[in-house]
Formats: sequence, C-alpha cells, structure tokens
Amino acid sequence: MRGKIFLVIKREYLARVKKRSFLLATIITPLIFPTILGLFLWIAMSDVSPDARKFIEVVDENNAYFLESNESFAFSYGGLNREEGRKLVQEGTRFGLLYIPELNLEQPTGITFYSEETAPISMITSLEAALKNKIEEFRLFASGIDPDVLSSLKTNIKIRAVIVGEPGGERVSNSVINYAVGFLAGILIYTFIFVYGNQIMQGVIEEKSSRIIEILVSSLKPFQLMMGKIIGIGAVGLTQFLIWILLISAISSLVVGYFGMKMPQQELMEMSGQQELFSGASQEGMVEILQMVQGIDFIQLTLTFLIYFIGGYLLYGAFFAAIGAAVDSPSDAQQFMFPVTIPLLIAYMGLFIFVLDDPNSKVSFWLSVIPFTSPVAMMGRVSFGVPWHHLALSIGLLVTGFLFTTWLAGKIYRIGILVHGTKVGYKVLWKWMKDNG
Amino acid sequence: MEILSVQSLNKSYGTHVALKDFNLSVAEGLVFGLLGPNGAGKTTFIRIVNQIIDQDSGEIFIKGQPLKMRHVRNIGYLPEERGLYKTMKVKEQLLYFARIKGLGKQDAIKKITSWLEKLNLTKWKDNKIQDLSKGMAQKVQFIATVIHQPDLLILDEPFSGFDPVNAEIIKNEILELKRQGTTIILSTHRMESVELLCDHIAMINQARKILDGPVKAIKNESKTNQFKVKMMVEDQTNMPPWGDVIAAEGQVEFTTSLNGQAPNALLNDLMQYGEILGFEEIVPSIEEIFIQKINESHEG
Repeated sequence: MRGKIFLVIKREYLARVKKRSFLLATIITPLIFPTILGLFLWIAMSDVSPDARKFIEVVDENNAYFLESNESFAFSYGGLNREEGRKLVQEGTRFGLLYIPELNLEQPTGITFYSEETAPISMITSLEAALKNKIEEFRLFASGIDPDVLSSLKTNIKIRAVIVGEPGGERVSNSVINYAVGFLAGILIYTFIFVYGNQIMQGVIEEKSSRIIEILVSSLKPFQLMMGKIIGIGAVGLTQFLIWILLISAISSLVVGYFGMKMPQQELMEMSGQQELFSGASQEGMVEILQMVQGIDFIQLTLTFLIYFIGGYLLYGAFFAAIGAAVDSPSDAQQFMFPVTIPLLIAYMGLFIFVLDDPNSKVSFWLSVIPFTSPVAMMGRVSFGVPWHHLALSIGLLVTGFLFTTWLAGKIYRIGILVHGTKVGYKVLWKWMKDNG
Repeated sequence: MEILSVQSLNKSYGTHVALKDFNLSVAEGLVFGLLGPNGAGKTTFIRIVNQIIDQDSGEIFIKGQPLKMRHVRNIGYLPEERGLYKTMKVKEQLLYFARIKGLGKQDAIKKITSWLEKLNLTKWKDNKIQDLSKGMAQKVQFIATVIHQPDLLILDEPFSGFDPVNAEIIKNEILELKRQGTTIILSTHRMESVELLCDHIAMINQARKILDGPVKAIKNESKTNQFKVKMMVEDQTNMPPWGDVIAAEGQVEFTTSLNGQAPNALLNDLMQYGEILGFEEIVPSIEEIFIQKINESHEG
C-alpha cells in the first residue's frame, strides 16, 4: 500500500517535471529578476551621464541662497524674475524653476518649484536638504555662532546594532537587509501556496471529471490518493525552487559583477538610494554590509523557510484538493476559493503592515503563530531574530494545523471525488464532513 | 460456484431510489449481461460492487465471502465514462495503472507489450492519449482494465465509442478472456450488442430487477409458438385465415401459430396449400423481450 502512494507521488511529480512548460517557467522566471535589476542599473547609469544633468533656474528674491551645482543638477542664476523663469521652463530650456521668495528666517515659507513634468521626489528632497542647510547656517550666524566653527565640531557617528545572546555569538543586524529577506521569503511562500495549490486543484478536477478516480479508488484509498498528489506536486515546487536559487544566485552575481566593475563603488551605492546605509567611506560601507549579510543566520533561515514553505503548502494544499474534489469544473471552484484566499491575504497584508514594521509587536506575534497566517508572517520575523519558544509554538501549531486540515479535507475529498452533477454548496460540504460512513 | 452474489441491496440518493431490494447472483465463468435503460440503476450497482459508493443496506459476497477492499482489487472495472490522463504516454499510463493494481514492473511491461501488440497499438505506445483517436484511447482503457488479469471483469457500456471493426475486436477479446476463465459482467442499454455474447442476463428497470435467467431459457419462455411461413400458393382465393398475409405473384408470406400441434404436424397441414419455401419460428429478440417486460412491469 505504501509502495502505491509512492507510485502516485512519482507519477504526479514526473508528469509535471517532464512538461515543457515546467522547463520554461523554471528557466525564465529566475532570468526575470536579474534582467530587471540589470535594466535598472543600466537606466540609472545612463541617467548620471553629464548630458542627463538637469538645469534649474533659480530666482532668489533674497540674493543669498547660492546652491552648488553637482552631477545631477546645474543651477543657473540669471537674475530673472519669476515670470521670466517660468517662461524658460515652458520653452524647455530649463528643467525647472526654483523660486525663493523673501524669507523670514524664523518661518521660511513660500519656496516653490515649477517644472513641466512632475519633479522626482528625490530631486525635491535634495533641494530641500540644501536649502535647509543654508537657512540653518544663516540662523546660526544670526545668533552669533560661526558656522565654520560649528562644522569643525561636527562628528559622524553610526550605531552598530548587535543582537545579544544568540547561540554562536553576537551578530550584526540591519533592519534594511532583514526587511528585504523577510519580504522576499514571505512573498515566495505566499506565491508558492497559490500556484501549487491551484495545480493540486486542477489535478483533482482532471481525475474526477475524467473518471480516472473510479479506476484508482479500487486500488488505493482516496486519502492516499490525495496525499500522493499533494506530496508529488509539492516535490515539483521544491525542485523548481532549488533550481531557481541556483540560477538566480549564479546569474545575479554575474550581472552585479559586470556592472560593479564598470562603475566606481561610491556611485553604485548612492544610486541605490540608501545613502544613510552607505554613508562614510565606501570601503567601510562594504565591510559593514558584508558583516550584516554574514550576520544573517543562513542555515536557520533556510531551515525555517523550508519548514514554513512545506507546512504552509500542506496546510493549504489539502484545502485546494478538497475544493477540486467538491466541484465538477474549475469555474465552479470560484465559490469555494474565498475562505482559502482570505486568510492568505490577511497573512500577506499583515506581513507588510505589521510584521515587517515591528516584528516583535503583539499583532506580529499572533500572525506568526496562527497556522493560517504563520507561513507568510513568520518568515517576515525570522530574519529579525525570533525567540525559540515562539518558533517552537508556531511550528507546533502549524503541524497540528495541517494535520487537521488534511483530515478535514480528506473527508470532503473522499465523498466529493465520486459525486457528479450535484450542486455542492457549503451545506453539502458540512454534511460530508460530518458523515463518517 | 458463484463469483458474485448480492442480497437485498438498497441505495437511494436523497429521495431518488437507485436500487430497490436488488438480488443477483453471477456464476463463475459466464458472460453476464446487465441490461436496462439509462438511469435504471446499473451503474449504481456496479459502483457499489467496486466499493466506490456504499449501499444503504444489503450484502455482497465474492466467492462466498463478504466483499472487502482486497476483493475489489481482483475486479477489473471499465467505467462508462472513460478516463485516462490526457498528457501521459500510452505506455507510461498503462504501466502506472498496472503497478497501482499491484503488478511488478517487469511483469507489467511484458503484459503491456503483448496487449499493445494484440490490439494493434504498438506503434502508438509513445504517443500521448490526447493525440490518439477516441477508439484507440478506448482500447488503451480496455487494456488498463484487464492488465492485472482479474477474476471478475465489470464492463460498463464497453462498446460505446467503438466503430464496428473495433467493437468486433473487443468482442473477441471478451470471449477470449471468458475462455481463459474470467467472469464478465457486461452492463449496457444496447441489447443487440449482447445477444450473442451473453450466457445469462438480468434486466433492471427503475431500480428493480424485472428479469433474470440464462439467455436460452428466457428466449424459450418468451416464445409465442408463432411461425413465419413463405410458400407458393396457386389458388390464393382459398386460403385459411393466416395472419399478416403478404401476397404477390403466386407467393404468400404469413404468420401462423401452432395451436397445440407439433411443428411437423403444422407443416403437414400447410403442404396441402402449395410448395413451402420457408418455415421459421418467430423468436423475440432480447430487445423485444425487454420492452415487453418493461410494459408489463409498468402495468403491474
């Protein structure tokens, strides 16, 4: 009997892995990420070439705010009035007009930027920063402090966030990297559950509508058949996932390596828009990043990822199998998708709104412990470090959860798979669940 | 020895009664015809025997033992609505079904090769089911049903979807399996296809069995002792009151009954009217018997 489950698993696995579409999806998907990354880097690089510099006309009623041009902006002081400046923008000879009215240093208001197209946020932000510095200088001066003296006193400090008490010593943590890791892992699990859950459902519907099931149930228990299908398709997902990891890391390092050699480190980092992360000398920054990446416990991360990946898939996979068994065609399945989609969506939203924002809040704790949301939500917490008893509770509940959903789904599957032409609603499903025959 | 026996089987779907107090026994080594119109309860019965659905009440015995899952494994079942994995290759598919039914890999491959040969499918063995014609797919399904050499074969509408040539091939295979000792239950609503194939038939109508017996006995019972006669009659003005007379150019065709006489006595009587060209007993077809029985049961 056990050998027969293996036959089912093998069939489900090979039938999918041997398909051309599997090969295509497996090879193309990982190409998408590096391609997009490469594309952005390419656009960013061509953006900083001198001719892409933006000319900005400044009309300063105070005659005091001189901004220094840099690689991105060139400021021109033509002594024009506001209307003349606006005309230049309309004609297209200037990208924008920065209008500075007579300012009250205590309450500087009324500064306006005019442009033909929407000004990028980053541009406005850097203009604001530059003006802020100037105004502060003036205000210091007004209160009798020499700005040069002040700047000679300024120092740059940076706090290294270190998490204590981890077995294997302390590690450097960084919220940006943790955020990215949690984000990616959560999304991956969410997508995986949906994509492969759907495959389970389609497969069950195929066997049901073609009556293959009637031949199979004489040799196998429906439950074994259901589990064989779920496990077989899950194995396809894991295979695909492993191939992706290999391909993505190989290709990404090629792409980054290529661009990395072509441009100085400093520029690369500034462009990535995370100045605060990379401030200080670039060498120092690189060391910092390396330390942070090393700070992530990859073995723990991979292990927990696999546990939640598999646990979440099994939990929801059983539901997808039950839905497939209850309906006659994929279009009928829609009505039952709601209760499956909602908790997954809650997990997905929760990941962004609560978990990644504050991994240790109460909401994050509950989201990462309740089995229906934990596969997605816990992955958002893991990279930030989770107390082991939270992890144990969450995994324990997840295992209990999928044992329960599988048992429940098995009851629906067993009856539904052989019922044709009946309009199945929630009432009928409830009856099947109670039926012990 | 009875390979299958069923006692007072009942099954309802909600308010619809699918089988009502149904009894049946199938002797080993026969081709047993289960006849009845669509919706009579044939498929319900077959599904219960295959443990696909449970009966509400009643008992089923296989070779005298109460039916268990392990017995079902020794039944070959061809469902009415055929199903195969469309994107799987013929050979792989047959291997899968054979192994699910408990055959070892080498044994399965050997049997598959010989069956594919027998049904002229060898050159299609690496094609996917979706690339095959309907008839070819049906043949693959037939192989999948018999590959594990079951003692009992249950075929639900086995000839639907086959052209006459392939239907003949399948019919011969069924007879060959019978020669090898397999008991075959053949369920169909197309009576003409089973008349020459079945040894024994049972008829179901509206959830009840209305007729059960060996084909020969049923036919004998249904005899009306009517004869169809064709003869030369010179003087057509002086004929006794025969039935359904068709007269033409000195030839007459008509029906007449024995009226308690032996057939030879009837022949002697007829000879005096002219030269006899044909003399044949009218035996109703299974289909006619069936319709007659249904009408009777409706009246009763």
